[in-house]
Amino acid sequence: MSATPTERTFALSHLDALESEAVHIFREVAGEFERPVILFSGGKDSIVMLHLALKAFAPVAIPFSLLHVDTGHNFPEVLDYRDRTVARHGLRLHVASVQDYIDRGVLRERPDGTRNPLQTLPLTEKIQSEKFDAVFGGGRRDEEKARAKERVFSLRDEFSQWDPRRQRPELWNLYNGRHAPGEHVRVFPLSNWTELDVWQYIARERIELPEIYYAHQREVFRRGGMWLTAGEWGGPKGAETVEKRQVRYRTVGDMSCTGAVDSDADTIEKVIAEIAASRLTERGATRADDKMSEAAMEDRKREGYF
Amino acid sequence: MTVNTTVDTLRFATAGSVDDGKSTLVGRLLHDSKSVLADQLEAVERASASRGQEGPDLALLTDGLRAEREQGITIDVAYRYFATAKRRFILADTPGHVQYTRNMVTGASTAELTIILVDARNGVVEQTRRHAAIAALLRVPHVVLAVNKMDLVGYEEKEFQRIVEDFAGDAAELGLPSFTPIPVSALVGDNVVDRSTSMDWYEGPALLEFLENVPVGVEATDAPARFPVQYVIRDGEVRHYAGQLVSGALRVGDRVTVHPSGETSEITGIDVLGTPAEVAYAPQSIGVRLADQRDVSRGDMITAGVDVPALTRDVRAAVCHLADRPLRVGDRVLVRHTTRTVKAIVQELGGAAELGANDLGRVVLRTAEPLALDDYAVSRRTGAFILIDPADGATLTAGMVEL
Repeated sequence: MSATPTERTFALSHLDALESEAVHIFREVAGEFERPVILFSGGKDSIVMLHLALKAFAPVAIPFSLLHVDTGHNFPEVLDYRDRTVARHGLRLHVASVQDYIDRGVLRERPDGTRNPLQTLPLTEKIQSEKFDAVFGGGRRDEEKARAKERVFSLRDEFSQWDPRRQRPELWNLYNGRHAPGEHVRVFPLSNWTELDVWQYIARERIELPEIYYAHQREVFRRGGMWLTAGEWGGPKGAETVEKRQVRYRTVGDMSCTGAVDSDADTIEKVIAEIAASRLTERGATRADDKMSEAAMEDRKREGYF
Repeated sequence: MTVNTTVDTLRFATAGSVDDGKSTLVGRLLHDSKSVLADQLEAVERASASRGQEGPDLALLTDGLRAEREQGITIDVAYRYFATAKRRFILADTPGHVQYTRNMVTGASTAELTIILVDARNGVVEQTRRHAAIAALLRVPHVVLAVNKMDLVGYEEKEFQRIVEDFAGDAAELGLPSFTPIPVSALVGDNVVDRSTSMDWYEGPALLEFLENVPVGVEATDAPARFPVQYVIRDGEVRHYAGQLVSGALRVGDRVTVHPSGETSEITGIDVLGTPAEVAYAPQSIGVRLADQRDVSRGDMITAGVDVPALTRDVRAAVCHLADRPLRVGDRVLVRHTTRTVKAIVQELGGAAELGANDLGRVVLRTAEPLALDDYAVSRRTGAFILIDPADGATLTAGMVEL
């Protein structure tokens, strides 16, 4: 612990306070629910969530399994990271596959090629079929204005729908996880973390991340003001041209709508310095799907998105 | 923005309505402290232009939901995050009208400071008194009275003083220990981040300066030790009682009492997230091992020292009713206190037959099992509870214990 008590008082550093709060949330869920699961994409927020869960239940194994909603447009480095992590900690991994739904004709590919909005149905059906009653997500309130109104414990009906006008008041740290059969609760242990907090914590705890978070040479093309990775998923098209650039990813999602940023930050210290100086939010810089309308995230959340 | 890992955090809340300029004040605070990033500002400028407004409407920074933007009102608590070189801030931005009292109570429950906003032209109104009552009831340690729209009253000191004196009378009556008045203009930016040049008579700090320097986040190590057990981690024969220490300190070797059983034991080991420790302090999340194999489980409270909580089945409390359905004498409810949930019956409602949404009142409950309670005035963690509807799990009421 980095904080030291004086004779009469004690104060936690902000990272220790955030860590303690997140651990408290994980333990509340372990105490109140039957079948919790952690949404694990191999992105930095889900990696930090897993790290916190491991600390919360040390020295024994975490009482949760993992769930990956696989869009089929994965970065190979991230998939590899996912599988190594699962093996190292002896975890159970569930996969909800968007590709399966497309192959079965249940979901149809969108004209713009992005599969991000297609994740909601496989996620919801997996939650129902596995009877998960608590689903941990890495969402943070600083990410986006609809998320700024999200509770730590967020009740969802059997269609996973979020109704922002009918949220339970959440007072002190008394989280109300009661739900009817078929309903579940989305739980956000990183609610009060900012992007910078996440990176500072990754640095402090020396957490390994998929290498695409650090600057590297990559073949990319320009679309909608973002650098997208060329690949089988559908790019480049028409007049779009591929070029090699020094980039890194600030967020990791579906390849078709997650953009890379120009960067020479190849170490965690440089990444932290870059974020602290950035004049763009991470979603503004890297997510095509949030630019569709003022309420794009609110609409997706209502339908059951993360 | 400065990267500093040892800074502390101030959680604060704002209460006020759109008419008072609350959203504008918050927008100004974020904007002038350079916490609004380029793409957010661009989105606000786009939205303002499409509404036919000339400059960027800073209120749109915080009104996130579609209904809020359409109606130009704030409905729900929105949490905002920003930082200066001195401190990190978590802002619970809450709507101010009477029908949103529950949202204000929610925001105030975790706040260490609350900003009560008044319009300098209107002075202290019914709503202001309500905000002050909530701050007093929830025992928010620091209160700022921000007298806004000073530009519209000619930056007159006497206008400001009149409102401050008016508010002081109400504050004393409501039991609000102290408050800090600041004259501001959120629209123009006077005394929000930068000190105003239009009010030479005011010698106090600008709002952000005050927020940066108010003392917070410090726990008294000699406070009574309170450790609600959240979860039992079983490692073979060894049991680690996992939880967050909510006040005071625990040391290896401490004699402890487990409530409600009253059994005593000794601490043989403490882990702070996987690292052994001799001592732990609130608000650390820890694991504790005891000398004897006791039947300790979730919902029990471990305490050390002579100052122990009151063990009782008769709970008296101040309450704010949150749900749309009323709370009635005779209702069967669940009480959630720390990590413990017990059944209870509503015995009295301070003379009222029922409490409606957003009503403040008093309650007497009879619980099926004893609770280990502290007075809310002593501990905002072990003196707080919520009532839950056993039928559908809805959160009904917020309670503050009065021993």
